[in-house]
Parts: sequence; C-alpha cells; structure tokens
Amino acid sequence: MENALSEKAFQDKIDAGISIEPKDWMPETYRKHLIRQISQHAHSEIIGMQPEGNWITRAPSLRRKMVLLAKVQDEAGHGLYLYSAAESMGISRDELLDQLHTGKAKYSSIFNYPTLTWADIGAVGWLVDGAAIMNQVMLQRTSYGPYARAMVRICKEESFHQRQGFEIMTVLAEGTPEQKEMAQDSLNRWWWPSLMMFGPPDEESPNSANALKWKIKREGNDELRQRFVNQTVPQAEILGLTIPDKDLKWNEAKKGYDFGTPDWAEFKNVISGNGPCNKERITNKIHSHKEGAWVREAAEAYAAKKNKTLIAA
Amino acid sequence: MTTQEALFNYCLRLADNHLILGHRLSELSSKGPLLEEDIACTNISLDLIGQANALLQYASSVENKGRNEDDLAFLRHERHFYNSLLSEQPNHDFAFTMVKQFLIDAFNFYLFDELKKSKDLTISALATKGHKEITYHLRHSSTWIDRLGLGTDESNKRTQNAINELWRFTDDMFVMDEADKILISEAIAIDLNTIKPKWHNTVNAAFEKANLKIPEKVWMQYGSKQGKHTEHLGFLLAEMQHLHRAYPGVKW
Ligand SMILES: [Fe+2]
Ligand SMILES: [Fe+2]
Ligand SMILES: [Fe+2]
Repeated sequence: MENALSEKAFQDKIDAGISIEPKDWMPETYRKHLIRQISQHAHSEIIGMQPEGNWITRAPSLRRKMVLLAKVQDEAGHGLYLYSAAESMGISRDELLDQLHTGKAKYSSIFNYPTLTWADIGAVGWLVDGAAIMNQVMLQRTSYGPYARAMVRICKEESFHQRQGFEIMTVLAEGTPEQKEMAQDSLNRWWWPSLMMFGPPDEESPNSANALKWKIKREGNDELRQRFVNQTVPQAEILGLTIPDKDLKWNEAKKGYDFGTPDWAEFKNVISGNGPCNKERITNKIHSHKEGAWVREAAEAYAAKKNKTLIAA
Repeated sequence: MTTQEALFNYCLRLADNHLILGHRLSELSSKGPLLEEDIACTNISLDLIGQANALLQYASSVENKGRNEDDLAFLRHERHFYNSLLSEQPNHDFAFTMVKQFLIDAFNFYLFDELKKSKDLTISALATKGHKEITYHLRHSSTWIDRLGLGTDESNKRTQNAINELWRFTDDMFVMDEADKILISEAIAIDLNTIKPKWHNTVNAAFEKANLKIPEKVWMQYGSKQGKHTEHLGFLLAEMQHLHRAYPGVKW
C-alpha cells in the first residue's frame, strides 16, 4: 500500500519533469534499470578506449597523434564520471568492474569490431561518436539527476570527437585514390554496426517501455536510428563516399531516408560474445587489471601507513 | 659546426627526448593499473608529445630546408634520433615506467628551469611553458616513487629492481659535445654539469625517503648524442613511422 503510494508520487514527479536525486525514494526496478544502463555506458567508454588506443602509437602525424591521445583521455574521463553516477545509486566501482570482467555487465557491441586501418579512427569518430551523441543529447534530460549532469559534460566532448573524426575522413576522401579507398572500406565496415548502436527495433526491445515511462529515455530506438541516418547520409555525400545500403533512398513523404534492415542476427551474435574482438577486449581488460593489482595494493598500503603516522602525530 | 647546425641538433635532442618518452608512455593508454592513472599517464604523454611537436617545428625553421615537424618525426632514421638511451627503454612493468619517468622528469625539471634563461627567445619561451608541465610530471612520478618504495614488499622490490636495471643509462643524459660547447658560449644552451649535482641530490633524496637506493659500481652506457641507441629504438620507430612512410607525401 505504502509502496503503491510512493510509486505514484515517484511517477508524478517524473511526469512533472522533476529530476530524481540519489537520496530520493525510487522503485527498486528503476534503480536496477539505471545501474544497468549507466554501468553499461561507463563500460562502453572504457572498452572503447581499446579500438582507438590501438592506433595511438601508429598515428600518421604528430597532430593526429595528439588529437587521438586527447580523445582516448576524454573517454577515460567519461568512464570516470559515469562510474561515479552509478556509484551514487549504491554500487561500488569494484562490483561494477567485476561485472564487466565476468561478462555479467555488457558494453556497446560496436567496440567488438576491430580498427583495422587508420581510416577506422576517422569512421569511429564520425559514425560511432555521432551515433552516441544522438542517444546522449536525449540523456542530458534523463530523469536521474547525476546521470543527466554527467551527460551534459560528456556531450560537449563527444561532438568535438565527431567533428575530428569527420575531418580525418575528409582528408582521406580528398586524398590519393588509395586513401579514398581506405575511407570507403572503413565506411563499409562501420555503417551497419553503427546503426545497431541504437538497439533492436522498439517492438523487440525488452526494456524500452519502462525506460520511456520513467523518462530515462525520451525517444525510441527506431526514432533515433532514423534521425542518425537522416543526418549522416548528406555527410557521406559531402565526403563523396557511398553508404553500403542498396535500399537507401529519400522518402519525400516522411521527409527522411528509407533504409535497409541491419543484420539483427549478427547483432545478437556479437552481443552474446561472438564478435570479432569480444575475447580480446575482455582479456586485455582483465590482464591489465591483474597486472595492476600489485600497484593498487602498494597505493593502499601506502595510504594506510600515511594515515597511521598522521594519527600517531 | 656552425651555430645554426648546433642549434638544429640541440632542438632535435630536446624534442626527441620528449617524443620518445611520450611515445613509450602512450603505449600504456587503456592499460593502466587504475582508471585515474590511465588518465594521468595519457595526459603526461600528451604534454610531452605536444612539447616535442613545438620543438620540432622550431628545429624545422632553424634548419630551413623545407622539412616540417612531421618529416623530422616520421622520416628520420634511427641513427639520426638523439633521445637519451633511458627514454627509449621499454615499459616492462609499472615500476619501470615510473622510475624512468621520475629520472627523466627530474632531469627535465632542472634543464628546462635553466633554459628559461636561454638567449634564444624561442627556446626560452618553450622552456617556460614546458617547465610548468614538467613540474606537474615530476610531482606525479615522485609521488609514485614514494608510494611504490614504501607500499608493500613487492612494490619496493620491483622498484629497486627497476632502478638497478635503468641506472646504467642515466649518465648518458649528461653527455655534452661540440654542439653544446658552441651554444653554451652563446648562452643559448646550458652546461649540463651545473644541473647534474642538483639532479643527483633530488633523486637520492627521493630514493632515501622511499627506502630505495642508487646502485653502486654501475657500468654506464653512452651513445645517444651520436645517434647510437639500444636495440629498442628501432622497433619503436618501426611502429611509429610505418603508416606515415607507407604513403609517401600524402596529407593526413
Ligand atoms: Fe565518450
Ligand atoms: Fe559515450
Ligand atoms: Fe567520444
């Protein structure tokens, strides 16, 4: 009875657009939903450092190397804000990392694809950060306060990443035939996985209804995907690159593009662990966590000793 | 050797030290022991490569042969790199990385502090800006020396081991040759003998405080000022330069 009352008050608050703060009452299902979503987002930022970090030591100019370093550093920062937002719901960073390492928590399946050429650094910035922004702009108004505030900071940097990615693609597309081919090949490989970033079609998305009711999300997967396609197709035209979709065409009636269906079987397969890099991403993560264990232990022991001398003095 | 040649060479040394050290550190991106440390190391690497970039731009204008900073970074061969032997040593483990950073940060701290007074206005401006960043780098690596030295038995052992292994490359940083002589006489460069005792005191004090020590009777290795490196540099450059070299003359 009491619960039903609180739940009604909670939903009223959401409907009135009042943000939910860590100390406020919230239904357990809301809390669980958000921990899952925020931690999944945080893990995506962290795992996403790998495919991009893959090219830091090989970046073809000093300027590109610096921009890429700064980007990877930003992503680590995003991971940090988001872990803090998740921690505000009463889960520790250790627990979150443990869920990632044991495969209990997911991350965006896009990062299970390899960055095979330098052009992939351009395509990831342009398409992957571009798709992320579609989601994240909406999340700046998400109902949970700490998450919304983290998104405001993150969004600014993400749009910067997207512009830089597009710039890499521009230079390649305007470069030698070999460079242009590199750019086209990269678009071919990243286009469909980028469309999959918005998640399965709404009618098959199990968590979508609650997320909309609680205003965690404000738009459905299909709506965001459509907006992404509408925004990106003209950009590909500017680049003189071809989107690898034979069903793609302008639909005057809906003032948007019709486009083909992503291979959802592939999507499910990658999510369930069979993408080209799932194994490597998690193995690397676990490896560096283990390698770093003695460092973390040393830092803790040192802090404890310092504390002791402070108390003694 | 003309003053211009000496200055070009001197800029390359300063730039290469930062570029190669920054490159090594960037290898650790997304592999740090802690997320916070990953961010710090990436940030320091970015500072170092940024300073290298500015120094190479200046080297390019001093040389005045139409080679830009990327040509200098990506098209020079191993025998024409002048970074210290210490900077090119592999990361091995976090103790190696931090000991290496610390020894070089302390060197750069005193070197750049002196170079602020250089008669060459570009060098002095770059040193002033660089010294601020290096001050933060030194604070970061000193803190780790303290933590690792005093943390656990294992961290102390690993750190002492790294010091023992790396010490033989430290003297190489202080070698001077004709280029230094010419530039010192014009008050452009500084006499490295004047900063060596300061460097030694700082290092020694930090180690003593952290229950670590400088190894005795170490046979020193030299060669970086003549472009004679350890075998590690070739592999580093192969990785760093391959893409740039694979597509000659294109824009990126
Ligand atoms: Fe991000
Ligand atoms: Fe993101
Ligand atoms: Fe990003």
